[in-house]
Amino acid sequence: MGFFSRFLIPNPSPVIYSSMVAIGVTVLLIIVGLTHFKKWFFLWSGWLTTVDHKRIGIMYLISALLMLFRGGVDAVMMRAQLAVPDNKLLDSQHYNEVFSTHGVVMILFMAMPYIMALMNFVVPLQIGARDVAFPRLNAVSFWLFFMGAMLFNISFVIGGSPDAGWTSYFPLAGNEFSPHVGTNYYMIGIQIAGIGTLMTGINFLTTILKMRAPGMTLMKMPMFTWSALVTSIIIIFAFPVLTVALIMGTMDRLFATKFFTMTDGGMDMLWANLFWVWGHPEVYILILPAFGLFSEIIPTFSRRNLYGYRSMVASMVFISIYSFFVWTHHFFTMGQAAYVNSIFSITTMVIAIPTGIKIFNWLFTMWKGRIRFTVPMLYSIGFIPLFTIGGVTGVMLAMSAADYQYHNTMFLVAHFHNVIIPGVVFAVLGAGTYYWPKMFGFMLNERIGKWAFWFLTIGFCLAFFPMYITGLDGQARRMYTYSESTGFGPLNMISFIGAALMAISFVLIVYTIYYSIRHAPRDVSDDPWDARSLEWATHNPVPEYNFAIIPQVNSRETFWDAKYKGHELFKGDYEKIHMPNNSGGPFILSCIFFVFGFALVFSIWFLAIIGLIGIFVCMAHRSFEIDHGHYISVEEIIETEAKFGGVNKWK
Amino acid sequence: MEIDHSQPLEYSTEQNRLNILGFWIFLGAEIMLFATLFASYFTLVDRTGNGPAGAELFEITPVLAETFLLLTSSFVIGLGIHAMRIGNKKAMLTFFVITLLLGLGFIGFEITEFITYYREGATLQTSAFTSILFTTLGTHGAHVTLGLFWGLFIILQVKKRGLTPETANKSFIFSLYWHFLDIVWIFIFTFIYMKGMT
Amino acid sequence: MNLKRKGTYMKIKWVTLAILSTIVNVLSGCESLAVLDPKGPQAQTQANVIWLSIAIMAVIVIVVCAILVFVLTKYRDSKLPKDYEPPYIEGNHVVETIIVGVPILIVIFFSVVSVISNNKVEATPEGYKGQDPLVIYASSSDWKWHFSYPENDIETVNYLYIPTNRPLEFKLYSFGPITSFWIPQLGGQKYAMSNMVTTLHLAADESGEMMGRNANFSGKGFAENMFHVEAMSQDKFDEWVKEVKETAKPITEVRFNELLKPGHEGQLTFTGTHLNFSPAPEGENAGHHHGSSDSNANSKGEHMEHDHKSSNSKEKSVHNHE
Repeated sequence: MGFFSRFLIPNPSPVIYSSMVAIGVTVLLIIVGLTHFKKWFFLWSGWLTTVDHKRIGIMYLISALLMLFRGGVDAVMMRAQLAVPDNKLLDSQHYNEVFSTHGVVMILFMAMPYIMALMNFVVPLQIGARDVAFPRLNAVSFWLFFMGAMLFNISFVIGGSPDAGWTSYFPLAGNEFSPHVGTNYYMIGIQIAGIGTLMTGINFLTTILKMRAPGMTLMKMPMFTWSALVTSIIIIFAFPVLTVALIMGTMDRLFATKFFTMTDGGMDMLWANLFWVWGHPEVYILILPAFGLFSEIIPTFSRRNLYGYRSMVASMVFISIYSFFVWTHHFFTMGQAAYVNSIFSITTMVIAIPTGIKIFNWLFTMWKGRIRFTVPMLYSIGFIPLFTIGGVTGVMLAMSAADYQYHNTMFLVAHFHNVIIPGVVFAVLGAGTYYWPKMFGFMLNERIGKWAFWFLTIGFCLAFFPMYITGLDGQARRMYTYSESTGFGPLNMISFIGAALMAISFVLIVYTIYYSIRHAPRDVSDDPWDARSLEWATHNPVPEYNFAIIPQVNSRETFWDAKYKGHELFKGDYEKIHMPNNSGGPFILSCIFFVFGFALVFSIWFLAIIGLIGIFVCMAHRSFEIDHGHYISVEEIIETEAKFGGVNKWK
Repeated sequence: MEIDHSQPLEYSTEQNRLNILGFWIFLGAEIMLFATLFASYFTLVDRTGNGPAGAELFEITPVLAETFLLLTSSFVIGLGIHAMRIGNKKAMLTFFVITLLLGLGFIGFEITEFITYYREGATLQTSAFTSILFTTLGTHGAHVTLGLFWGLFIILQVKKRGLTPETANKSFIFSLYWHFLDIVWIFIFTFIYMKGMT
Repeated sequence: MNLKRKGTYMKIKWVTLAILSTIVNVLSGCESLAVLDPKGPQAQTQANVIWLSIAIMAVIVIVVCAILVFVLTKYRDSKLPKDYEPPYIEGNHVVETIIVGVPILIVIFFSVVSVISNNKVEATPEGYKGQDPLVIYASSSDWKWHFSYPENDIETVNYLYIPTNRPLEFKLYSFGPITSFWIPQLGGQKYAMSNMVTTLHLAADESGEMMGRNANFSGKGFAENMFHVEAMSQDKFDEWVKEVKETAKPITEVRFNELLKPGHEGQLTFTGTHLNFSPAPEGENAGHHHGSSDSNANSKGEHMEHDHKSSNSKEKSVHNHE
């Protein structure tokens, strides 16, 4: 049938068919399970309608872990295909789909939500607030991300995945060279998720500027909160550029406009420019919160204050502004004049300076400290040398004459994985372990966690260091195979072994979680790591209102002062606390966005119009809605606090 | 929810202040959105393929009418907020209605303008130039249209619920949005129409 | 407790050894890598820059690692006395001056190196200035390369013969997606795009066979989008051109349109070049016109991309570009 044939996969394979079955079975199991255990109401009232930043953070975390699985499987498949010359595991079309989805999933649906998870859970606690400025909007952010990610992921089994790379350059991504709907999924799925991210940026900037506890000036904020502030500003200025680029790409594909076409005045270079004006700040959106997390973990496990607080702040602010002035280094070879490339070479190298300052500051934080080798600290220690290597290869790439040789080779692939994995992934895994007791009330098993860390680190080195070499030997990126005579075989095999070790580490991470759920004791103290900042001055698990009494802040390490220097953190009496109500609005709005997006992907216009109307109806409803939240009475607070042992339980 | 009576009504609660700051930040993002559209416009303005260029399409009369309507509407909503500040609900509603009517007039002229261009062979699909022209004008126009509905909803709420901290807050934020669209129009008028007609 | 400390120490030692041996292993095999085995002056410039940056960056990495190892061994919790309480240290101006100052100096140094080398690779190679360059048009269509020699009036597909010791000026463009023309041993790559022509200045110092390929992902046949390169003396090159002119068939519009269809084609040779009936997108044929309304009727819908601009009936000159 003509209408339904558009949903078929253009290039099916056994892997895709078995995935369809697996997805179908999983969905069925979830529905059956929820019904059997009568958990639908619980799911709806506790999670689907929540506006609590802590729960939203946990939902982001779960989503990120699931996407890490998907992106990781993509990675292992790629490495397996390239492990030997002329391999037949994946043909060209499938390989192209795999690397395209790997890039989008890992950056936008794994790393971003992982960062959002930690920002959501931790930042309000770190500043002594009860929630973010706009809790309802926060839920909208999450559900839009979730639906955007779901839309993108469903391409695998309905219609076909995008296959033009995560950068989706035109004219390759245009209708002539990418005729099937995969690239539509790209344009629209990312657009929907991106709207969610923009909302988060606005939310957190307002929250951090306006909702800090009394006494917490900007220069007394914890470093992770600073990184969240700076990241929010980057988001606000970068994501609209992506919005426009994606709209233009969508219009070129769906409505025959001529933005990036080869004829009628279209300009393929415009896509590249717009994409990277967003794309470069995007990687700083990923790394700056990671830096912030390391700045929390390293002082705690060195039992020392963070060295050079001022220069840490200054360097993050500098990096964030500056990140908008380097985008051309992503396409030095696109034919612009030498002086243009020279300018961007210089600006790109300059960014290395504040980054270097931070590395040294972390080293000096450990100086004269008491260093404990816990799992979070191991990730931080592994980060320092590995990220430095990745960073210096970035300086090498910045020299555009040399970049003419590195560009689009495995050298480049090695560089960006070398900064993202030790940078972002180590940070979120370390911070995930660090904040786990605060989120869930028990500790993750240290022993298994350490095994996971070592497998990941060694696997990472084996997987990516050979790529520097094969890149210099002429192996381009995004090549689904190579011939024996190139000699790329042995080093690619080593990469595959590394990837396998990384896969084992992921299994170990999952096993750590499983094992800890089953065996870890639940009577964990509020402050198991003897930490330094305010988020640890809460109970385990953190009550809905976070703090019964808003804390008084006196220094950069108020909690440490309260523990060891006699600072009084919670003064005064309980008062009734105003909290926002849960709402089904964000979830429903996002479901409609999903339908709208799906309809656009397949050019089902009547459904798209219905979806659009639905979105506006939701917005209108929200405009007319009266919702004043609810109050938690003083009696309730007394009762809750009594259960937890009082306000100053950690003393 | 504590009301601070020393502040204007729209600023009088903590959530109100958060809403206003949040909206200013949102406008920052909108500035980036339109800046991107403008940058793309300047990049593609001469890439007319086989289609017409701006000089052949733009006519001063409808553009002046649109400008007059929108700028006046911005002035009128300023009067409306002032009326709100002094607690004159009836005047405020009247001014808001006039604002929206002027905005509706603007949209009417813009739709006619687009139809004229279509008849002259400049469609969204004609060339890169027409694609970016219509997208930029259209994005602004879509924002105005959304504003017409949003403004209507606010008028209905003020009518029904009176001037409360919430309705005052919403009205003020809407006025910020409306002023913003006016400023964007000034850029459109100057850098797209005026520049294109020389 | 003793065993645990020893265990951590041993771990650090093994990791350091592993990293160092990897680095040594890696560096020793480096000279045989294509990019670091230059056969032309541009590639030589680039290789020099690469080696220089490896050297200086290695120093930075070693310094960071050294500080890290020192700090970890000296300030391990297990090794310190029980009552040791770490001091509060805000910062130190001398230290901060060094960690800001030294990187700034390094960046200034590399900026100078960068600007100089950028200008070198974007101009006729040193030692070849003043000579008459051989202009070759390299155009890509899915998934092959067409090499047009207007000076010699011949055209090849998927293989490139070039004379040594003569400056080469490659004019790059594409009939489809953005591709990237790359011969690692001669120099860097540059994008080939559909509505403009980019220029790449190369030269070959020695004769020999080399690999060339498209470095920018362009779809299904990307991996195989390679071409064979052979540099030979000017005499041998002239001989080859003569042979082509005697034995090869002329390239016709019909045949060229067939070649433009997606596929790989293998190595082919023709007399004449396609530039005669399908000029490159430069000059009047460039995609971006400034203000002029192009009255050429060339809107033929979806097959535009495979169509050359033969409707340029006004363009009747044979293009012999300098």
